Amino acid sequence: MTAPITISRRSALQGAGALIVSFSLARAGFAQGASETPEGKAAPHLPGSLAVDPHLDAWIRIDADGSATVFTGKAELGQGIKTALIQVAAEELDLPPARITMITADTGRTANEGYTAGSHSMQDSGTAIRNAAAQVRELLIAEAGKRLNLPAGQLKAENGAVIAPDGGRLGYGDLVGALDLHVAAAEISTLRDPKSFKILGTPMRRVDIPAKVTGGAAYVQDMRLPGMLHARVVRPPSYGATLKQVDMAAVEAMPGVARVIRDGNFLAVVARREYQAIKAMRTLAAAAEWQEDAHLPQQGDLAAFIMGMPSKDYKILDQHGEAGAAVLSLEVTYTRPYMLHGSIGPSCAVAHSEDGAVTVCTHTQGVYPDRAAIAELLRLPPDRVRLIHVQGSGCYGHNGADDAAGDAALIASKMPGTPVRLQWMREQENAWEPFGPAMVTKARAALDASGRIVDWNYAVWSNTHLTRPGPAGTLLAGQHIAEPFPVPEPKPIPLPEGGGDRNAIPIYTLPNAEVMHHFLPDMPLRVSALRSLGAYMNVFSIESFMGELAAAANVDPVAFRLNHLDDPRARDVVTLAAERFGWDGRPKSQDGRGCGFAFARYKNLAAFCAIAMEIETERETGRIRVRRAVAAVDSGQIANPDGLRNQIEGGILQSASWTQYESVSFDTARITSIDWATYPILRFHAVPDSVEVHLIDRPGLPFLGAGEAAQGPAAAALANAVADATGQRMRDLPLTAAKLKAAIGV
Amino acid sequence: MTQLMVNGQTREVDADPDTPLLYVLRDDLELHAAKYGCGLGQCGSCTVIVDGEAALSCVTPLLLVEGRSITTLEGLGTAEDPGPMQQAFIEEQAAQCGYCIAGMMMRAQALLQKNPDASDAEIREALEPHLCRCGTHMRILKAVHRAAGLMRAASAAPAKGAA
Ligand code: FES
Ligand code: FES
Repeated sequence: MTAPITISRRSALQGAGALIVSFSLARAGFAQGASETPEGKAAPHLPGSLAVDPHLDAWIRIDADGSATVFTGKAELGQGIKTALIQVAAEELDLPPARITMITADTGRTANEGYTAGSHSMQDSGTAIRNAAAQVRELLIAEAGKRLNLPAGQLKAENGAVIAPDGGRLGYGDLVGALDLHVAAAEISTLRDPKSFKILGTPMRRVDIPAKVTGGAAYVQDMRLPGMLHARVVRPPSYGATLKQVDMAAVEAMPGVARVIRDGNFLAVVARREYQAIKAMRTLAAAAEWQEDAHLPQQGDLAAFIMGMPSKDYKILDQHGEAGAAVLSLEVTYTRPYMLHGSIGPSCAVAHSEDGAVTVCTHTQGVYPDRAAIAELLRLPPDRVRLIHVQGSGCYGHNGADDAAGDAALIASKMPGTPVRLQWMREQENAWEPFGPAMVTKARAALDASGRIVDWNYAVWSNTHLTRPGPAGTLLAGQHIAEPFPVPEPKPIPLPEGGGDRNAIPIYTLPNAEVMHHFLPDMPLRVSALRSLGAYMNVFSIESFMGELAAAANVDPVAFRLNHLDDPRARDVVTLAAERFGWDGRPKSQDGRGCGFAFARYKNLAAFCAIAMEIETERETGRIRVRRAVAAVDSGQIANPDGLRNQIEGGILQSASWTQYESVSFDTARITSIDWATYPILRFHAVPDSVEVHLIDRPGLPFLGAGEAAQGPAAAALANAVADATGQRMRDLPLTAAKLKAAIGV
Repeated sequence: MTQLMVNGQTREVDADPDTPLLYVLRDDLELHAAKYGCGLGQCGSCTVIVDGEAALSCVTPLLLVEGRSITTLEGLGTAEDPGPMQQAFIEEQAAQCGYCIAGMMMRAQALLQKNPDASDAEIREALEPHLCRCGTHMRILKAVHRAAGLMRAASAAPAKGAA
């Protein structure tokens, strides 16, 4: 067995080999091709990301053997986007998926599609690839028509070839030689009729899974380049701490240590072996003396602190009309704590500086914006820096990925010629990643005698949900070096996407409604985008409140929602989730069991998602367990139904974890939730018996992002079920056992 | 030099005896399936099998495994010729980012080797030390049940052994 295993290891490492090739390509390719800034060629009238780069060959290239290489500026984050985009290209090109190679986010090769975030990938990149593929197919058909002297209308594309009426075939590889695909896309594409789809909409197996379940080189954490050294950083003990002194000599003498780096408050070690780097990191951390200067808020009184912070106020909805007389009104406050992304694999990057150019392999969500930050950090022109996305552990938003890329690039730039792999430690990830911000919401509504909402008033207090790169000051390394870069002013994300106010405007039909966004510029804790941003909290609040109002009106919660819902697609998902759950015949609330329902359209413009949940609670301990969840989802045209189900299932479980357990803890200066004991998340004992996801396909309608659609509805369905099960309305996240026990305990 | 049996082969490594097995596997033996998640024994992503028992390689120093038999995910099969546990995870598409999955599979493998008819409750209990942040739990459970079925079928058909 010796030989075969060795060989299979080698072949499994081909991923890393390919990256080595890319490293040299990086130098040859600097300042040309797709890495140039897209400004000069923007075409805003074109669909999806074709507006960023209209050239067909920026998206699709046909190789001489008739296979295709497809380029996306989006990154695979473990959500199956690579596979879904292959399906899109395969469908419109009429080419078997196995003959398509998908190149993902790489500043040296792909268009600048910004961030892979906000459930935008199918809308942006899927749309661009679909249109580009359709146009390439039509160009191939036209070329075949020229050769055969036949009108294009008599020819069809099938399985990688153009077929003539007499059955003659011209392969794409034969045709492409005469074609120039470096042409701007047309405004209108001849798209395939969804009724004839063969690949799109079918549950294709994900292309990245085999390597992941066999130990193949699947992650940036697994990259091993020749001559590569291992780095670790030593972070300050708290925000803003300054390094008074450190004795580096003892660390430099440790076995395997190649370099100890100090640049202001930035400290790092580089060693031959990974564990040597870890030991050196610990010794260096022990030797460092810091002056701490952080003043964090009182955790016990977070809501009052947040509402007392200076704010910039925006009225984001103000509508008034005829309505019945109010007979009843309710006013409540909801709160959420700071929350972790908490990737299972701490952030990692591999960087290499050579001939004045730096290449970084990173699991960032935005290779171009992170490149801008790193170029500024290293004081290099952007065209001397290349970022290549390589998968990491799931990120769920802006975690430590960009910072780790910055750390690795800075270290590598101080050691030209040596590839450097840097990984954060668990405690660094937990203490230094930008958290999902703590938030407070206040809701007030009035009902008329018929149980209709006649007045709605809602306010949300929140930090920004966006401190991503851009500028070098967004990176920890940029803040910690001797000549630091300024941290940019936080800004709210404008609606309709929104940040803290994402989904703050209810989708329900309301005669009178006012919604305020209190934007809080001061950030005592480092914060940024966590999956679904403010939507998690706003949907939790609005949908909990809908449950409270339905109870006050004595109307069934599903009927209450339908009474206020006009959008037919919204009504369809609500009805389907209720039906499949068996809502009308659901078990009565008894013995600590109960059911809850919630619904939202993500961002009010992406996927529709309704969730019904049955839970059980334990009186003695206050413990909650979801027994079953049933979701219904409409995300427009479905690319990969199994991939979509996987996303929604995952969203429900992740949101159940956020909602039941999670809260960043801190004392007056330091973050104290630095591992999985101090920041507990969902474990198997609390995993539901079943989770069902029902999909409504809308062939021919636009792709709607669904990757974040379940987060808010799952949280509110859970809280509504707790209220049903125990009679206790819990409004202060997380809904921990301790809180529930205090409310109902014996 | 420390001698180990890794995936059926004798391997010699030259690392400090206090080095956690995780780094020996990844850096010395280029077996990358076991992952660093916490280094604290709290997440399970580094799990391998040592003498038939699931073990957290991040808190197992090299010195404790000298001469013992270690199985990593690479020892269960390849992408071209996956073993039953791997086959089951592919068929159930039981991964999102997949970072936790190698550890889960090794824990499940150790369980099923000892208890081929493990119940759902036993599988959940065995996986309790493991965290998955993507929320892939439902599929992981389905995949382990499927793996148990594939293993039983393979041992019933004597032509081809499963483990
Ligand atoms: S890495 Fe070993 S248990 Fe987390
Ligand atoms: S699949 Fe991502 S952590 Fe489990």
